[in-house]
Amino acid sequence: MAYSDKLLDHFKNPRNVGTLDKGDAGVGTGLVGAPECGDVMRLQIQVDPTTQKITDAKFKTFGCGSAIASSSLATEWLKGKSVDEALAIDNMAIVEELALPPVKIHCSVLAEDAIKSAIKDYQEKNGLEVTAVLEAH
Amino acid sequence: MAQRLIYLDNNATTPTDPRVVETMIPYFYENPGNAASRNHPAGWVAEGAVDTAREQLADLINVDPREIIFTSGATESDNLAIKGVFEMYARKGNHIITATTEHKAVLDACKKVEKMGGEVTYLEVDSEGLISLEALEAAITDKTILVSIMWANNETGVIQPMKEIGKICAKHGVLFMSDATQAVGKIPVDPKEVGVHLMAWTSHKMYGPKGVGALFVNRKNPRVKVTSQMDGGGHERGMRSGTLNVPGIVGFGKAAAIAKEEMHEDAARLSKLRDKLQKGLMDILEESYVNGSEEHRMPHVTNISFKHVEGEGLMMTFNQNIALSSGSACTSASLEPSYVLVALGLGDDLAHSSLRFSLGRFTTEEDIDATIKQVSEGVNHMRELSPIWEMYKEGVDIDAIEWSEH
Repeated sequence: MAYSDKLLDHFKNPRNVGTLDKGDAGVGTGLVGAPECGDVMRLQIQVDPTTQKITDAKFKTFGCGSAIASSSLATEWLKGKSVDEALAIDNMAIVEELALPPVKIHCSVLAEDAIKSAIKDYQEKNGLEVTAVLEAH
Repeated sequence: MAQRLIYLDNNATTPTDPRVVETMIPYFYENPGNAASRNHPAGWVAEGAVDTAREQLADLINVDPREIIFTSGATESDNLAIKGVFEMYARKGNHIITATTEHKAVLDACKKVEKMGGEVTYLEVDSEGLISLEALEAAITDKTILVSIMWANNETGVIQPMKEIGKICAKHGVLFMSDATQAVGKIPVDPKEVGVHLMAWTSHKMYGPKGVGALFVNRKNPRVKVTSQMDGGGHERGMRSGTLNVPGIVGFGKAAAIAKEEMHEDAARLSKLRDKLQKGLMDILEESYVNGSEEHRMPHVTNISFKHVEGEGLMMTFNQNIALSSGSACTSASLEPSYVLVALGLGDDLAHSSLRFSLGRFTTEEDIDATIKQVSEGVNHMRELSPIWEMYKEGVDIDAIEWSEH
């Protein structure tokens, strides 16, 4: 399968690979996917409690090239966004940006899920109203 | 200068040997004849060339040239054997026995037979990839007309106990068919010696051109017949109509002649290189597992799972330089991981993590050294990116996690 240059760039030079401290109250962690399905994404956000802005984002992904690129792109987009803005990120924007082929659209869905799941974790941890809604697939 | 692509996907297809290409060339323009044209020299030359190729193929597998039917490839040969026997022997019975790890050409032909009113038993394999002889014998009924078991598996290289299967089939008077696509020309294959009555294979997995295959059909004791699946001019003793692919057949014949001469030397050299590759990777990379029997295995194949790394992503780290294949779902249109590896009892996660290395006549020791280096770097890189590798290293029980299915 021939991939777009943007996708290959994110795959070869993944942004924001790493791990944030789960014990930090400002950190939200989303872990989605399953090893049997061939992809697992862990996406973490660091939120500034006063501004509710995402100051940092990290990921690790077990998966194909599209899954890795989708999560790399997601962390790039998350930095500097407010939680509300982050919740508005739609998987189709990832599909367009990386020119994902139809068979790889589920990778973008997983990335959107990972974002929402990380925000949900952050909101729950801090006793905030949970506005992140994970779609059932 | 662009680097030469290291080609370790010889189970998908082999490069056509330049010596083969050379023998084919005169049969495009200089000798344009149709092998069925009986009334002029062009036809006679073509017929003679096809006869020679038929003899070369027969010589390689130790059968009579009249027992070779030319087709377009192994898929067609599998279809002709399975559906052809099902139709021809309908009065005797309607039951076929095969195995879950067969090639899709066999499995899908069997599915079609089921739609046509047949019954099919799919034998399971053990963790080595081998069928159980007891289960095979127990599955035979008075309605069984055919047992179809592949000689060697395309994904794992595992070789089935052909002689023992042949004995069981003979004892019960059941026809024995084998898809020997991965074995012919690589290891000694003698269908009569092991009691195989029908055997399918193809030219392009043994350094011949694509688009031509063969079906061996036993002529005597028993005389086997198949109902043709292609209607037309009655070529190939009425079993396969269609103008013969003369240049392809000439190349197929030459490939067989070369294989007969060089197979043993190739196999000895490749098994050493394969062992070096396997050991090289397993020594460097912990949590790596060889899939399928190492004892009953083709000399040029190894299939290895690198735990906590996904195969397609892994291949993307080196696929500009090295061509090979993976059992990962992400390399298939179906998004299901390899059914062959799953049949061996591997979890889906390990099936997703597998790479198949299939060496060939043109593989060099430098290729293997470069592959060990690049694949191990790729696995290490992907493990750095893998959350489940991190969890494994932290001692988290990954199987105990409730994963969100999607």
